[in-house]
Amino acid sequence: MIEVTTDWYLTLAALLFSIGFIGMMVRRNALIMFMCIELMLNAVNLTFITASKHFGTIDAQVAVFFVLVVAAAEVVVGLAIIVSIFKKQETASVDILRSSKG
Amino acid sequence: MLDLILFAIPALFVLAGALIVIFAKNPVHNSMGLVLTLASLAVVYITLNATFVAMVQMLVYAGAVMTLFLFVIMMIGVDKAEQTKEEIKGQTFLVLGTLILLGSLLTYVVINSGFKWDLWFPAVEYSIEGTPNLIASTLFTGWVFPFEVISILLIVAATAAIALAYDTKTVRKDDDD
Repeated sequence: MIEVTTDWYLTLAALLFSIGFIGMMVRRNALIMFMCIELMLNAVNLTFITASKHFGTIDAQVAVFFVLVVAAAEVVVGLAIIVSIFKKQETASVDILRSSKG
Repeated sequence: MLDLILFAIPALFVLAGALIVIFAKNPVHNSMGLVLTLASLAVVYITLNATFVAMVQMLVYAGAVMTLFLFVIMMIGVDKAEQTKEEIKGQTFLVLGTLILLGSLLTYVVINSGFKWDLWFPAVEYSIEGTPNLIASTLFTGWVFPFEVISILLIVAATAAIALAYDTKTVRKDDDD
């Protein structure tokens, strides 16, 4: 009989965060980099909720809501930036973008 | 046994979706992989007694955020091949070096702890259910100030998105006519 303990959830969160980090490093499409950021944020959310279960408090689940809101705001602004850059440069690849150099 | 099944199957889907996100070539496939990850994570949240957060995850992430992603993918075109030529010199080596450094750090921590996975604090005996009642009573008592700050953040983000996407030139042209 194997019991699913807190460690399993934390390991899953660590794996998810690592995958997101690797994707962030190796992909060059700005949209896919955004998705990888979402993966990392979700790994953090999973950690929060695991802690909420482990310690028996509700505060961690409230913190998850704040992470959710920040992620939503980040996606809205980031996608707007990608669209406005795409209008000028016809690409979403982060290497070619020189316009952010100022 | 049921615990194990309820954890293992969604966890497998979470990791599979995450791998699709970083390996698929077509951006639509990437976003579908992200949907798989987010929906499976909602199942994991339910097994962790966080039912309300799971529902919000489905609505906000798998619903709204993914719709936004797909909308932008359709807008900027899916048929463009990703640029594979290395523009930044030695990027591959830098990434590899960073990954090896992080991997060895993680291995050191795991080995140094003697493969003991005990957490410092034992888990509590009772379990709480993350119902809307309980979350709201915490959010609107102890977390009121962060809540107000986050509402300002949302307004700023919405305004910024409009300002970025608003095409001022065409409007001025219309005014001249």
